[in-house]
Amino acid sequence: MSSIPLDYETLRLIWWALLGILLIGFAVMGGRDLGVGALLPFVARTDAERRVLINVVGPTWEGNQVWLVLGGGAIFAAFPPLYAVSFSGFYLAMIVILLALILRPVGFKFRGKVTDPRWRSTWDWALFIGGFVPSLIFGVAVGNVLLGAPFYLDDTLRTFYSGNFFQLLMPFALLSGLVSLGMIVLQGAAVIAGRTSGILADRARTYGTWAGLATTVLFALGGLWVAFGMDGYVITSVVDTNGAINPLGKTVELVPGGWVSNYALYPWMIIAPVLGFLGLVGGVLGLQARLHLPTLLASSLAIFGIIATAGLSLFPFLLPSSVVPDSSLTLWDASSSHLTLFIMLLATLIFLPLVVVYTAWVFRVMRGTVTTQSLEKNPNAY
Amino acid sequence: MIDMTVVELSRWQFAATAMYHFIFVPLTLGLSFMMAIMESTYVMTGRDIWRKATLFWGTLFGVNFAMGVATGVVMEFQFGMNWSYYSHYVGDVFGAPLAIEGLMAFFLEATFIGLFFFGWDRLSKVGHLAVTWLVALGANLSALWILVANGWMQNPVGSKFNPDTMRMEVTDFVAVIFNPVAQAKFVHTVSAGYVLGAVFIFSISALFLLQGRHIELAKRSMVVAASFGLASALSVVVLGDESGYVATEHQQMKIAAMEAMYHTEPAPAALTLFAIPSDVPGEPAFQVQLPWVLGLITTRSLDRDLPGITELTEHAATRIQSGLVAYKALQEIRADASNTAARAVFDESWADLGYALLLKKYREDVENATGEEIAMAALDTVPDVWPLFWSFRLMVGIGFFFIAYFGVWFYRASRGWLDTNRPMLWIAVATLPLPWVAIELGWIIAEYGRQPWVVEGVLPTFYAASGLQFWDLVISLTFFVALYTALLVIMVMLMVKIIKAGPKDHLFAATDEHEDADFVVAPQPATPAMKDVRS
Repeated sequence: MSSIPLDYETLRLIWWALLGILLIGFAVMGGRDLGVGALLPFVARTDAERRVLINVVGPTWEGNQVWLVLGGGAIFAAFPPLYAVSFSGFYLAMIVILLALILRPVGFKFRGKVTDPRWRSTWDWALFIGGFVPSLIFGVAVGNVLLGAPFYLDDTLRTFYSGNFFQLLMPFALLSGLVSLGMIVLQGAAVIAGRTSGILADRARTYGTWAGLATTVLFALGGLWVAFGMDGYVITSVVDTNGAINPLGKTVELVPGGWVSNYALYPWMIIAPVLGFLGLVGGVLGLQARLHLPTLLASSLAIFGIIATAGLSLFPFLLPSSVVPDSSLTLWDASSSHLTLFIMLLATLIFLPLVVVYTAWVFRVMRGTVTTQSLEKNPNAY
Repeated sequence: MIDMTVVELSRWQFAATAMYHFIFVPLTLGLSFMMAIMESTYVMTGRDIWRKATLFWGTLFGVNFAMGVATGVVMEFQFGMNWSYYSHYVGDVFGAPLAIEGLMAFFLEATFIGLFFFGWDRLSKVGHLAVTWLVALGANLSALWILVANGWMQNPVGSKFNPDTMRMEVTDFVAVIFNPVAQAKFVHTVSAGYVLGAVFIFSISALFLLQGRHIELAKRSMVVAASFGLASALSVVVLGDESGYVATEHQQMKIAAMEAMYHTEPAPAALTLFAIPSDVPGEPAFQVQLPWVLGLITTRSLDRDLPGITELTEHAATRIQSGLVAYKALQEIRADASNTAARAVFDESWADLGYALLLKKYREDVENATGEEIAMAALDTVPDVWPLFWSFRLMVGIGFFFIAYFGVWFYRASRGWLDTNRPMLWIAVATLPLPWVAIELGWIIAEYGRQPWVVEGVLPTFYAASGLQFWDLVISLTFFVALYTALLVIMVMLMVKIIKAGPKDHLFAATDEHEDADFVVAPQPATPAMKDVRS
């Protein structure tokens, strides 16, 4: 494939970074709506208050969820073996996430169509579950990636998985789940505090502050755990980063502190956890100072830093195998072909900037504080 | 060996979730387009009744769209969850159109749908109209990329098996995009969605006329629906024929099954209108045939034979033999990557590799397959004939019915006879479920007719499933079906409530019902409303 202007290794690195950007994009954008959903019963206690919260994210949540759809599509297109192994391996966890996500669109759309309080309370719960459960489980899944998943591949590259749902709920994975939930709650609180007034904004600041502080502690605890309390995976053979994928053609070992070895190798990577902490602290301070945009930017930065920390610590692994470590998937041996990566890069370079531009325009059109009065004017409000 | 119960349950789950999803998607396709037409008319004429119509149909659209989104995420994730070997085996080709669908189409649709509902008082008239058109454009582009992906499963062009990576890889992405099967499917599928949208609007409007409510809005909506519906119904059938044509080049077996054609028909083949199955397998007891028609539809000629199921099965047996050659060469390459002799053999025979995989149902070491096993595997290439035969006839029958139906209504609309005949209006109301029947049957023909393949000639369905446990599937299938059914029931109840409330809710009451009393349906085709539709 000499006609492709970028070499295979570079494309793999670009797609590894793009995958991170898409997942961070979902956590930042979709995290707004998931966070508001998770906070819904706590911040808003009356029907009128809940309507305000729902309509803060109502006009934009659908577009935000596409980051998840695109993230899934990008894993499928750019790293098919990762898509195949992780989605089938974490089957019941994925089912739980999907069932929770199914409740969101109908929750938003159906809730306001009937005034009966039981009806509304049912959909409030649906929106809460739809926000809380995925925020937690996505984090649990990332924790399990760091722990390694019990799978192996045969010579035809078919996956065999020996774990079950309850084995996913290891203490470290639950800690990751809480970090994920905490950062998304902070994001939701930053959105509510910036787009509502009075008691709603006040409550959001309180919950957001506690979420931010708790996440700071849990993230630090997670870092110590990874560095001193668990083993990480390292490749012990030479890998052809430009060759055809071959997930069985390397040797991998489990070593204490393996997940922090990258920070010695590439010291610049330390910037990711630093940004994570700065974002969390900045988010809390911003909430306390009643700043709107800076709070949201700080909490988005926290999400960026935390997810980047996980991704960089794993590098070059995408999904290590705990039962047959040599079967682990890395960005070098779980990617698409050279041509597909290049075509997908072209498509991304054309369309992703467009998406960012029109999304920004839609947010601009829908800017402003949402109040009970402003809802009366719009017949289409949820 | 592969657990066939898990495979069966995985197939049921995919079929169930896809068919649920496809209750909502075609309505989104059709309604978004018709809302854009109505809002264009509003912007061009300034008549508020068109804004009111857009808002009213938009409310129903929104409820339906939510269900489409709810059931859609599941579709994308299920490939990896339930069909992990498929995802590995063809992800290099199949994943790209899915990802581009998100990037180019679904982002557009989902980002602007919020503005469609929340932007009425924040945007200029033209600005909002642009948003509505972008939603419709996004929905239709989305269908295009999904059908590029699906078309490749029916006709896997532009790709080759790579023995080093054990998967299909893209060789020519342009060929994947311009796959004739994908293009024909796209036009056929979106047209079917337009027919559904038109029937939906027409039936509910007919109900309004019967009830004597919202008469102006109903009549105008019916004029749009009848014109749009007629054009779309013609397109579905004509371009459905296009799918029949292209299918023969790659999927002769599917056509033979749809036609219950057990033996090669000498050219030009007759089209079987009707047949009764007999006790003798493969021989109908009774059939009525239209001479020449099938040959014309499928080969566009009078002199090319159309192969029958028996002949195609014999051909499949020879491809299995050739596939075994490829399979053995592949084993040698996997054992020693530098074996150039094996690579040369594989390059010659790789296109039949999928046929050898059919034998995996009978034994792991397929290279030792007996003649009997090869014969059984060849028989497996025949899809179930009678479900396909009847689904096809019912679908086509409904398709022709809608041409006549909208033809009649188009004429009646042009004569100003929309509300003059109550039985006709009742028929229009009763017609509401029919397009869904045809659309779901269309999927059954396309996907069930592709069996035993998940990717035609490349990968058998049973070989593509994830190695999940029985209880995994029982849990997921139960929860999906229960939740989807509950939500579907709730959605129908909500739609009934919205229809009962009608567009005269204070929310829509910017103007009075009769403000547009100057609108009279003239006895010529060129009513004001129809001019608007055409421009």
